[in-house]
Amino acid sequence: MSDNPRVNMIREKLTAALSPVSLDIEDDSHRHAGHAGAAGGGGHFNVAITAAAFEGKSLIERHRMVYAAMGDAMQTDIHALSIRATAPSEAG
Amino acid sequence: MDVMDRIREQVEKNPVVIFMKGTPQLPQCGFSSRAAQALQACGKDFGYVNVLADPEIFENLPRFANWPTFPQIYINGELIGGCDITLELFQSGELKKMVEAAHEKAA
Repeated sequence: MSDNPRVNMIREKLTAALSPVSLDIEDDSHRHAGHAGAAGGGGHFNVAITAAAFEGKSLIERHRMVYAAMGDAMQTDIHALSIRATAPSEAG
Repeated sequence: MDVMDRIREQVEKNPVVIFMKGTPQLPQCGFSSRAAQALQACGKDFGYVNVLADPEIFENLPRFANWPTFPQIYINGELIGGCDITLELFQSGELKKMVEAAHEKAA
């Protein structure tokens, strides 16, 4: 477990919803702090997720699944997610 | 005009439109900047809406297509995604084809 509470929160939500075979989450907030677009205070995170649930799904469907798993956190703790969503058959 | 109608008008009148933070010339966010650059590299005109200059659209766009973040890119009236998807489609060559097809349809 990371000692970053927001990373842990994202990990828990994605693990519960999508049972990923691999999941990497990086807190990228420091690179965006202070820019005009980030004024709301939510964090930026990079998520690389591989899950069987993505098999046969389009990119937009996969991103929607990730956003759905995050639920209300997208309005509060998270300003932006950079998502790389792959199915196990595509993971390189 | 109702804000949802204003958003719909932009999406329907432009073959390609990006709702972004800032403008393509002066983007205010790295994600918006990269997505706008990818669209520019497709070589066709595209519309843009600076959501930072229109608080009503900023507030309501996430509800329009149930997508929580900015930028949002619409081609042919349909949300294709945000920055990541736009860049992935650009790198695979798909974005250029989609942009060209949308312009042909609108012509």
